[in-house]
Amino acid sequence: MITPVAGPDLSNTRLTTARNLRRQLRRWPVSSIVILSILVVAAGFAPLIAPHDANLGDLGDRHIPPVLFGGTPDHILGTDGLGRDIFSRIVHGARISVAVAVVTLGVGGAIGTLLGIVSGYAGGWVDEVIMRIVDIKFAVPLILIALALAMILGPSLGLLLGLLVFLIWGHFARQVRAEVLVIVTMDYVAAARSSGASPVRIMYRHVLPGVINIVVVVGTLQVGAVVLAEASLSFLGAGVPSSMPAWGAMVAEGRLYIDTAWWVSLVPGVVIGLLVMAVTLLGDWLRDRLDPRLRQVQL
Amino acid sequence: MPKFKVRFLVRRVIAGIVTLLVVTVLVFGLSRIQGDPRSLLISEDASLEQWDELGRQLGLDQPAYRQYLLYMARLVRGDLGDSTLQRRPVADILWSRIPNSALLAGAAFAFAILVGVPLGVLSAVKRGSFWDRGVRSFAVLGQAMPVFWVALLLIYIFAVGLEWLPASRNTGWTSVILPAITLGWFGASGQVRILRSSMLDVLDSEYVRLARAKGASGRAVIWKHAFRNALFGPITFAALTLASLVTGSIVVETVFAWPGLGLLAVQAVSNSDYPILQGVILLTTFIFVFASLLVDVLYMAIDPRVRIR
Repeated sequence: MITPVAGPDLSNTRLTTARNLRRQLRRWPVSSIVILSILVVAAGFAPLIAPHDANLGDLGDRHIPPVLFGGTPDHILGTDGLGRDIFSRIVHGARISVAVAVVTLGVGGAIGTLLGIVSGYAGGWVDEVIMRIVDIKFAVPLILIALALAMILGPSLGLLLGLLVFLIWGHFARQVRAEVLVIVTMDYVAAARSSGASPVRIMYRHVLPGVINIVVVVGTLQVGAVVLAEASLSFLGAGVPSSMPAWGAMVAEGRLYIDTAWWVSLVPGVVIGLLVMAVTLLGDWLRDRLDPRLRQVQL
Repeated sequence: MPKFKVRFLVRRVIAGIVTLLVVTVLVFGLSRIQGDPRSLLISEDASLEQWDELGRQLGLDQPAYRQYLLYMARLVRGDLGDSTLQRRPVADILWSRIPNSALLAGAAFAFAILVGVPLGVLSAVKRGSFWDRGVRSFAVLGQAMPVFWVALLLIYIFAVGLEWLPASRNTGWTSVILPAITLGWFGASGQVRILRSSMLDVLDSEYVRLARAKGASGRAVIWKHAFRNALFGPITFAALTLASLVTGSIVVETVFAWPGLGLLAVQAVSNSDYPILQGVILLTTFIFVFASLLVDVLYMAIDPRVRIR
């Protein structure tokens, strides 16, 4: 693999600290990192940060606007139709979004990577079967299936996680397989094979390290898809159970009051958008750094 | 037609049929997760005779594979069952919603192409400029903002604030504008990103440099030499966008109460009307499979390099 050349190394030349800092800032996706750090901290310390209970409101405080639009400092982002503090609900909602993204990407990424490696390494009918399953996966209207399951079994966190894992494993499998097809032509794989290494050992010791980069890139780019899918399902009432403050559900709850209390819907939506934008830009940056061949936009 | 093309097409058609079969098994299985499917397929106030009659129709006293065959036998005749709420054949109800869904998908697609293609080309040609940055922000925003949020924002600005356009339902031709823009923005964003990157590749190629060297005008280079050759990826993407617009409009139709297939599905869930929901699932899968097949044919028509993927 060719390491990207980042121009001459200027770290030893005498640059002022300010210029050095600015150079560093331009090389890193700073805004993405800042947004994501804030969200992870919010998710981790939600009970300490949130000033109010996320699920308990005072009906006397219904529909207070955000502080910049005539509200009170007690509720900086305003309150919803049940008088609940929107800021507190968003902070608690971050837990759900982050947890859902981490779990789905962990499980879905592992399944997809495993199947991609096996598919690319084994070839033949194994490859054919796995790839046709991936094709079918992409043709299934997942949101509708999710609605059907939520209708028959009732919405639950486990169901949501299962659906999102199903949503993303195919992307990993396709990309990893394509990468493996290149890796298996390498001399070191042939060498390992001729020295008698078992297929499992070759896949684990020689193929897996080569696909880590692409797994990281695909994983980052898929975070946005997972967050949006979770938000859409929660919006439609087929996501997390309504006792939890999911961002998508918050947008849905506010939509009936859009003409009188726009902030109930629009504020949580902005947070979803910020998160997705942050991970998309981070993903683009990682892709350019780790795998220049992937630079074309993926379908 | 050469032999390999025929073989390619046959493989794709078979793959499409297998996909449809898998989805029928899925839908069939879903209705039987809880055991007796009748609780999902019949209205609550049905009489005992109707209950037993439905049991006979579905073959519930027979093994599961026989039940599936019975189910398929009715499906291929176009019998999707009756809606439990409206007590009409599901096929009729689906049929009545198709024009609205097609209108919305068509308008959104037109928006995606008419906006996405010029912006994509502009962004690539003026790479690194103010315009490029603006177009890319438009695209990143369009893909990051949840569609239901964009929908509510547009309603808040154009229906509640300015009162220019209706906020919901289909009350005339102006009703389609907001949902189409909401849905089209998402499509346009993808189109911009993919067209920009494929234009950049082509603009960097030998033949474009040759065209410039021999003195072709800037406009001719961009549209005749570069644009045409950059269309391969974007055309595929456009076809898949069209398919995803038909299936992916569920959320948008819900927000705007647009009476298409997506809203039908969401209403079916709140009414516990499983026959309608499974009808929408089967129909949208069929549309997607059909569109993918069209893409494959298109691929073959425009690029002689395509053999077997």
